[in-house]
Amino acid sequence: MNKRLLALLSVLVVASMVLAACGAPAATEAPAATEAPAMTEAPAATEAPASGPAAGSMGTIKIATQSPLSGGQSLLGVAIKQGAELALEQLGGDLAAMGYDVQLAPYDDQATPDVGVANAKNIVADSAILCGVGHLNSGVMIPSSEEYHTAGLAFVSPANTNPVVTTRGYLEVNRIVGRDDVQAPAAEEYAFKTLGAKSVFIIHDKTAYGQGVAEFFRTAAEEDGITVVDFVGTEETANFDAIIAPLVAAAPDVVFFAGIYNQAGVFFKQAREAGFEGTFLGTDGMDSSDLADLAGTALTTGGGMAYTTVAGPASAYPSAAQFVEDYTAKFGAAPEAYASQGYDAMGVCLAAIKAAAEAAGGTPTRNQVALAIRALSYEGLTSTIAFDEIGDLPLAKYFIIKVNATSKDTWGTNEIIDSFDLPSPGK
Amino acid sequence: MKQFTSNPFYKFILFPVGQIVAFAVGASLVLSLLTVLLAYIFRANITDFDLVERVLLILPQVVINGLTIGFVYSTIALGYTMVYGVLEFINFSHSEIFMVGGIVGVELMAYFDHTGALQTMNQYVVIALAIILGMIISGSLAVTVERIAYKPLRGAPRLVPLISAIGMSFFLQDAVRLILSLTTGEFNVILPQFGTFDKFLVLAVPGIEAPLRFQIKNLLLVGVAVLMLVGLNYLVNGTKIGKAIRAVAQDRPSASLMGINVNMIISVTFLIGGALGGAAGVLFALKATKLDPFVGFFPGLKAFTAAVLGGIGNLTGALLGGLILGLLESFSASYLSTFTSGAFGAEYKDIFAFAILILVLILRPSGLLGQTVGQKA
Repeated sequence: MNKRLLALLSVLVVASMVLAACGAPAATEAPAATEAPAMTEAPAATEAPASGPAAGSMGTIKIATQSPLSGGQSLLGVAIKQGAELALEQLGGDLAAMGYDVQLAPYDDQATPDVGVANAKNIVADSAILCGVGHLNSGVMIPSSEEYHTAGLAFVSPANTNPVVTTRGYLEVNRIVGRDDVQAPAAEEYAFKTLGAKSVFIIHDKTAYGQGVAEFFRTAAEEDGITVVDFVGTEETANFDAIIAPLVAAAPDVVFFAGIYNQAGVFFKQAREAGFEGTFLGTDGMDSSDLADLAGTALTTGGGMAYTTVAGPASAYPSAAQFVEDYTAKFGAAPEAYASQGYDAMGVCLAAIKAAAEAAGGTPTRNQVALAIRALSYEGLTSTIAFDEIGDLPLAKYFIIKVNATSKDTWGTNEIIDSFDLPSPGK
Repeated sequence: MKQFTSNPFYKFILFPVGQIVAFAVGASLVLSLLTVLLAYIFRANITDFDLVERVLLILPQVVINGLTIGFVYSTIALGYTMVYGVLEFINFSHSEIFMVGGIVGVELMAYFDHTGALQTMNQYVVIALAIILGMIISGSLAVTVERIAYKPLRGAPRLVPLISAIGMSFFLQDAVRLILSLTTGEFNVILPQFGTFDKFLVLAVPGIEAPLRFQIKNLLLVGVAVLMLVGLNYLVNGTKIGKAIRAVAQDRPSASLMGINVNMIISVTFLIGGALGGAAGVLFALKATKLDPFVGFFPGLKAFTAAVLGGIGNLTGALLGGLILGLLESFSASYLSTFTSGAFGAEYKDIFAFAILILVLILRPSGLLGQTVGQKA
């Protein structure tokens, strides 16, 4: 009897462990497994001139993407992956003509640092991967890029805005968007000058990104003499009552939320319902149509809602019209924020690999690709991309966008109030 | 209470409702008075604003928020405490049973929304259907989990089923995640917008500057929770099944000798606990408006703590513990930053609430009602 019980117990424990463990990898690996074959560049192969080397004869080159493909922030993460996928399809022809079989290796970081680092270890272990596009979250990018740095693998970030991403001065880390130490003061300036705010309530999500943005905003606000009513960090995602009660009582002009839309949307809805009448303000983490589904009319009633971003809607970039058309045709939905950045990041990777391959006269090393990225001047959808000595754009674009949408379908009606180019603060 | 026992109306309606009201009002009053007292003590230290005035301004709202979330904790805590009463083990997968109830409820509403019926149906009918479905699914899931993961371990050392429960908890989280993300990779479920229960009833009380705002869904939440608690009290203390549950809780071998089907009673306990958890999940979903497969963890942990605070195994204790924990959390989150001039924000609410909890448990290791009331389960 005892033995039977013991056997049953061990089977149960093993089964539950295996099954529990299965849940995550199944979701993580599935996209990589199912989509990688589709990415083998069939059209590019046929375009290759007959005289050139046969497609794939020079070996396989993989380009990784890492972004949240599942979970609350997947809308943006999938946009990055799909943008990169489209870029590979459209711009991968040159490398295919040189005889390389170029493949996409998408990874799902689930917006979680642990998962990102675990994936990063897998990515650097795959010697066919010469360049990467990612991540969405600075809090994931910073620890993961330590792995990339150690392995000498270059990554181009389409979305990370925390200064620390590049200020460590790693050769392998580049980004094609602006920084929070410029973005947050820009949001503050909007609150101070345009909205005439005299008091602000700051709330952040305790991540590297959110807390960083919140602190830059606070510093700027205090310099301008805006009263900071409270400065709160929370990981709460469901019930914000306890934060909202003092907020409504203090009735600040502006609530600044430094975080990501999936948390902010719920907060905005509950705060508006509880009687907050002022303006909601955020940064680029708000830039997703899901925000409108979560918050609904809370975004347009009272003082409304506005956000700054480093990635304008695709319509803000003159050369992106064709991209929007192609993207919509391929994926059946208009591109979300960061799709065009994903496209450009992939473009940078491809151009750098090509340049490095030509210089090396064969398959380049990771270090050659990393150096080629820094030497590049690339004409992208979003801007002309060239990196400074720490991997930032010398001049990055910033936008201020006012939300007019109350549901996912009307997200396109948001208007750009202002946009400007600001220099990178450097190290 | 001897004179009431003969009259079922007193015993099963008036007494439990009175008890709930007494607990809610009592706990609110004690905490409010303590806070105001502290405000008077520290008044001189803060020169920027009048601390007492600042505290009083939002006090009614803080109490309402605390009671609302407290009733959710109470309803979940009952599931923990019932199982503990009968089996003396902590069913850690209960937080996932709660989550499943919420997700099933929201999915039902999303289905109605999809077919277009949602906007034409009576909102209370929709919510009632969602709660009933959530209760059925969660209740049967709890029974299934018991059969698969706990029953085979019934003679094993006490830590073994505990580990099995933790494994089950992870399994359920990831299973739900897998099912939800099959089609789109997105595993959040968002409550569709419908009805008028988001609206507020504003009550201007003379003498209080900020008007009291009762959100209809919060009143709904409290109402349904009280209904559940009264129903459970009747079930446990007024029916044959309840008598059997109490008998099994007191002495399982003897109950078995008296002809009580112990396995059946244990299943019934899980069914009731799971159904309560499912109902709490749907109520929580109405409030949170967005759920994911991991949303059960924190409410579950807090409800478990509430059960311990009240004296685990004791139904009345779970109710009291839930209310106190909800209030403590609401008070500390809303006032920490005011009292410390912004040095500690709302993010430290759990540390503060749990510090008080530990203090209580040092003074009363068996929980608030752990010994004074002998009746278990």
